[in-house]
Amino acid sequence: MTRHQKEIIIKNVFFILSLVSILILGLIVVFLFREGLPLFREVSLRDFIFGMEWYPTYSPPSYGIWPLIVGSLIVTILSSLIAVPLGVLAAVYISEIAPPAIKEVLKAIIELLAGLPSVVLGFFGMVIIAPWLQETFDLPTGLNIVNASVILAIMAVPTISSISEDALYAVPNEFKEASYALGATKFETITRIIIPSALSGISTAVILGMARAIGETMVVLMVAGGAAALPESIFDSVRPMPASIAAEMGEAPFRSGHYHALFATGIVLFLMTLAFNLIADYISQKFKEVGSATL
Amino acid sequence: MGTIFRILACGMLCLLIAAPAALAGGSMVIKGSTTLLPVAQAASEAYMKLHKDVNISLSGGGSGDGIKALIDKSTDIANSSREMKKQETDLAKSKGVNPVAHIVAIDAIVPIVNPRNKVKDLSTDQLSQIYQGKIKNWKEVGGEDLAIVVISRDSSSGTYESWGQLVLNGAKVTSRAQLQASNGAIVQAISKNRYAIGYIGIGYLNKSVQALTVNGIQASAKTALSKEYPVARPLYMYTNGAPKGDAEGFIKFLLSKKGQEIVKKEGFVPVK
Repeated sequence: MTRHQKEIIIKNVFFILSLVSILILGLIVVFLFREGLPLFREVSLRDFIFGMEWYPTYSPPSYGIWPLIVGSLIVTILSSLIAVPLGVLAAVYISEIAPPAIKEVLKAIIELLAGLPSVVLGFFGMVIIAPWLQETFDLPTGLNIVNASVILAIMAVPTISSISEDALYAVPNEFKEASYALGATKFETITRIIIPSALSGISTAVILGMARAIGETMVVLMVAGGAAALPESIFDSVRPMPASIAAEMGEAPFRSGHYHALFATGIVLFLMTLAFNLIADYISQKFKEVGSATL
Repeated sequence: MGTIFRILACGMLCLLIAAPAALAGGSMVIKGSTTLLPVAQAASEAYMKLHKDVNISLSGGGSGDGIKALIDKSTDIANSSREMKKQETDLAKSKGVNPVAHIVAIDAIVPIVNPRNKVKDLSTDQLSQIYQGKIKNWKEVGGEDLAIVVISRDSSSGTYESWGQLVLNGAKVTSRAQLQASNGAIVQAISKNRYAIGYIGIGYLNKSVQALTVNGIQASAKTALSKEYPVARPLYMYTNGAPKGDAEGFIKFLLSKKGQEIVKKEGFVPVK
């Protein structure tokens, strides 16, 4: 066998392997749609998305998921408000300010945080944070939006900080040197040169962190409280979409309206995370630095 | 997490049932109520361990489906969490099926609150109003001036269904109700929250929560059996005529001391 033939074989093996993963993903999507779309023979898309009532087991059933969508969005947004400053600033500290010893320790700890199973965090939220929130603020319930957002933020910080750190690290040294040569302080260099140069990478990090939060299931099932109603304050309970799917799928009769409605909820969730990923992709392509600043 | 495990367990059970089914005869079908499903599942496993030649094929689908299957003669035993309706018995008779009821367990559901809550008793009507979101404060039912946090089960649970029928008479549970995915999770939530009210199967009661009396009657095996306690209902297994063969053996097993222990372990009241 010549080297050229080997080369071709290896190339094809890798091509087939990558094809398999795409195929699997494609089949999952096909399955998701095949099980979800039959719902729309029973209810209109509008009543499904904007319906205010989720009573899938009554007769007649109502399959409105607007309160679930709002629940998902609100915990995602609130958790981002907590996680983005923490994650980005931690990345800035690790990549630009921290001495090498501290840097190594911090990176290890953040990676450890990423490795914590979500059920452990959920349990922590349920038995530690919930009673504490309830006693401290004298609330009717500690299983609420704030609790879920805090836990989701803890989960999103590692994603945001490690991707942001990569982006900051990729800012070429020439930029910093030029900045210092012009007499800028370290603070000015970080805020005016390094962060703006790495902005597309940081934005990607933020969006991927949000995608992580919106799809997370165990935590919201355990600590969001699970009320399928529009929240009136951030201390109300909500039922994000993944929680509803996880709690009800096990006992929804096979191919019943309820079953299809849960799959259709899955489609909505899938389209949302897809949108997040497309936005992240778009930002990193569009604002790609060229020349030596390529990230 | 529990559901995934249950799905896996069901799948493995199917394999266990399907593999030897090709070799041996003596198979039996049980179908119906999801409330009775855990009892039927544990009892089937124990029964098949005792009688290695018997294969039991078990499925849920709800009481109505089980009864339908009995009328179509496609099941040997129909599990039902309610008595057969008149039109169902009429239909059965017209098809030459003679349904015979066996009460195998009693389902008693207990409303619970935090031990710090001063309310000790609620009427079924008050419970219904609370779960519909019409009574919103504990002071309206003789407690402190605190908002009521309603905790309910996920809408697919059998306990949820029974509660909806026995207390709410089919009215909808308020959408502000919190959802917990198991009896255990409700106990956990109530034990930490003095605003909350929840309901669980009697088998899950423990000291971390306070059981309420309903219409002044305390839930117990005795009051549930005598029908004094209002939030209880018998659970039935229906057979076509007097049970024969494996169906007879299975029902006898379930009503034996060992079978009734399974009933108790799954959180229901034994009938004996």
